[in-house]
Amino acid sequence: MELKGSSNLSKLATSDDHGENSLYFEGWKAYDNDPFHPTRNRKGVIQMGLSENQLSLELIEDWIKKNPQASICTPEGVHAFKDIANFQDYHGLPRFRNAVAKLMGKVRGGRASFDPERIVMAGGATGASELLMFCLADRGDGFLVPSPCYPAFDRDLRWRTGVQLVHVECKSSNNFQLTKQSLENAYENARKANINVKGLIIANPSNPLGTTMDKATFKMLVNFINDKKIHLVCDEIYSATVFRGPKLVSVSEIIEEMDRCDRDLIHIVYSLSKDMGLPGFRVGIVYSYNDKVVSCARKMSSFGLISSQTQHFLACMLSDEEFVEEYLTESAVKLANQHDLFTRGLEEVGIKCLESNAGLYVWMDLRPLLKEATFEGEMDLWRVIISDVKLNVSPGSSFHCHEPGWFRVCFANMDIKTMRIALARIRKFVVRENDQVQQVKKQKKTSNLGHLTLSFSSQMYDETWVVSSPRMLSPQSPLLRAKT
Amino acid sequence: MSTLSIKATCDSRGQDSSYFVGLQEYEMNPYDEINNPDGIIQMGLAENQLSFDLLETWLEENPDASRFKRNQESIFRELALFQDYHGLPSFKNALVRFMSEIRGNKVRFDPNKLVLTAGATSANETLIFCLADPGDAFLLPTPYYPGFDRDLKWRTGVEIVPIQCSSSNGFKITAPALEEAFQLAQITCNLKVKGILVTNPSNPLGKTLTRNELDLLLNFIHIKGIHLISDEIYSGTVFNSPRFVSIMEVSDKKNLRVHIVYSLSKDLGLPGFRVGAIYSNDPTVVSAATKMSSFGLVSSHTQSLLSAMLSDKKFTKNYIVENKKRLKRRHAVVVRGLKMAGISCLESNSGLFCWVDVRHLLSSQTFEAEMELWRKILYDIRLNISPGSSCHCLEPGWFRVCFANMSEETLNLAIQRIKTFVHTVSCRKGSNIIGFNYYNSSKNSRSTKSVGNWVFRLSYSQGCER
Repeated sequence: MELKGSSNLSKLATSDDHGENSLYFEGWKAYDNDPFHPTRNRKGVIQMGLSENQLSLELIEDWIKKNPQASICTPEGVHAFKDIANFQDYHGLPRFRNAVAKLMGKVRGGRASFDPERIVMAGGATGASELLMFCLADRGDGFLVPSPCYPAFDRDLRWRTGVQLVHVECKSSNNFQLTKQSLENAYENARKANINVKGLIIANPSNPLGTTMDKATFKMLVNFINDKKIHLVCDEIYSATVFRGPKLVSVSEIIEEMDRCDRDLIHIVYSLSKDMGLPGFRVGIVYSYNDKVVSCARKMSSFGLISSQTQHFLACMLSDEEFVEEYLTESAVKLANQHDLFTRGLEEVGIKCLESNAGLYVWMDLRPLLKEATFEGEMDLWRVIISDVKLNVSPGSSFHCHEPGWFRVCFANMDIKTMRIALARIRKFVVRENDQVQQVKKQKKTSNLGHLTLSFSSQMYDETWVVSSPRMLSPQSPLLRAKT
Repeated sequence: MSTLSIKATCDSRGQDSSYFVGLQEYEMNPYDEINNPDGIIQMGLAENQLSFDLLETWLEENPDASRFKRNQESIFRELALFQDYHGLPSFKNALVRFMSEIRGNKVRFDPNKLVLTAGATSANETLIFCLADPGDAFLLPTPYYPGFDRDLKWRTGVEIVPIQCSSSNGFKITAPALEEAFQLAQITCNLKVKGILVTNPSNPLGKTLTRNELDLLLNFIHIKGIHLISDEIYSGTVFNSPRFVSIMEVSDKKNLRVHIVYSLSKDLGLPGFRVGAIYSNDPTVVSAATKMSSFGLVSSHTQSLLSAMLSDKKFTKNYIVENKKRLKRRHAVVVRGLKMAGISCLESNSGLFCWVDVRHLLSSQTFEAEMELWRKILYDIRLNISPGSSCHCLEPGWFRVCFANMSEETLNLAIQRIKTFVHTVSCRKGSNIIGFNYYNSSKNSRSTKSVGNWVFRLSYSQGCER
């Protein structure tokens, strides 16, 4: 029998275009090998590279206990089991679509409303983004993406679609805001490289910046895409994580205020993974103002429909308007508190973050700690943070940031006690770093050493907190341990 | 105005196919015993609705599964956050055990070689993405599931080339047919063949592949150095002998070019839950497919429920046996009923449908006549059944009729309607009232025309499929 391995596969299967070898994912591996646990492994790596909203899950859990009819498995809900288990219509459960449309409107403070008929299901935001690319662009076409941007766009938008990403550089000098000039430059560069640009994709609120787009910039953007006759995809998956002003300005509001906007160019990606903290349920949504796109996307959604069991459950929960209001309010408060606690702790040791009002992370400025203002310097610093400080944070280069020294640090996937441990570790690290920098400066004055290698003895930073929190997801969780 | 992609503007899903038109017509006028007794009876959807009560009983007896609990511990939080594309270990373990059980424990599956996907739809597409590049081809025996035109071709850019199977030998796959298809693809159409995809048990035939056919396929792929995908989503619906023989039972574990697609949509009757899987011995395929599954993971909510259910050995044993009994009984009702109307079915031992021979009811042995008959059946008799042409059958006069997605009363009504129709046609044929076209075409020219159609359809790169 033929025993050759891996021969005769597709280019997709044998190349690295999936982008999972990026450092963004490498940090996760370090965490997986040595995960922090408040009692079982207090010296482990604290996961700050995973953008998850774990702060308000008990609200949902309480709701579930009070609403057994939302499950098709309970005595109260099993009467619906047969119909739901059999339901594979790619239009989705009508009351699910209605509930999602209502939620999207609520999240935007009632400043926009959404038509359930335009809601198309997808396998998470991952599936939704890819699906839209398949609808809007052909192999070899280009999409503009402001950087820094979500690392997995390399996989989601490009891998199987063959679409090319053209980054639009945003700079720290103006707080990484998108400018007309940078858009024009990127568009022109693409044109010179013979790339047919089909659209622009933005994340609003931004990942990794945690900022929302202001109206003026948004209008500039919409004018830009209209002039160029290219599509605008707005990834609004963090829309309910806005925890303080300015309020979110969604593309759905902007187009109401602009006379000359071709709505056939406007599309939204949504999900419940961040806003509701339910990434496991794989709820992705494509919302398009273009009828043809809705129609095509709906057919393509066959490749990633949402489990009807999950649709049914969410239809029930999201139709409970009182609960949704309560959830959105409380979630925002918890995010604000967690964000403030973290940024204050960083400020105390002189670490600044980009000012943000949304998201589950901060964009941390560690440029002063770089030994050299290069990406190699950033990598060196990152390795130290992972291996010695034992925090998984994500280096800016993995977000295609064009300036070294920025890191995305997630804060909403842990409890306050764990955060305090993380801050204590950071504090110690910064103090030692400053001492080291002083020593290096002294040594440089007295000798001609070109560069120093960083040498931290592996040590744990003092933790005075005895914590017991069963709430961290870790390999020790009953789910991952379970075998039958 | 910015254009959309070619995929969006062209209708490669084949929405104009009679398979889908039938489904749409049903949606607009669905039969209901009380509210719409003259409506269209759905016999075009291969669903298994016969054994829900078994599932409901299990749920009643296992309340923890429904309350996000395992061993009294709440697992809601972990489930809500669980998005690891390796899948829930307990679910994968339970699923491979179930797959093994269905195969009479003649095969053991390794959960590390299993990749979870959102339904078989996603599994098939993902496998094609892993095995073939745009412009490559996969060979499929005809007739085949109409949805493959979407699942295998649309976004992958891969072509399907038919392996012609004929009623003269019960639509079995033969060595000459395999070779002919390969030559057609590589030589005539200049396409690189990357593999063969078979459905076993077959949709729409309702038959399991014989040992002979399996050996033939393995031998062929070995010689040509290509892959074999065995879509085994109906493996649990084999209600008569011969017993089901999975490709994994007869191929070497070291054979890296044999892959299985599975799903719980047919065997457990849970299409809504979107549970599909790819199984492969090739670690590169498993690795790539796992990453691709990000685009369509199975909801953790659903994985958890099914993990508990499929881990219950007493339940699965009873379910598999009872489900088959019910399918067998239902199948017998249909075959008997059709026989009384003078209609025969291809002898079958599995599936949720019969492959029905109505060549004698055609006004002429042409696809036009088949379409005419189909329209009559859909609009006048008000039954949605799928014409063979939608399954790419190369001979007109065959229809797929589903029988497991309705109550027995509804099925009997459908059979009654068929009997009435056949009786009417027989009477009228004599008097020639309906003006059918009568002409004969030779078998050869039929094959040539069909091949021509295939060559015509291979124009994906130039534009749209018809």
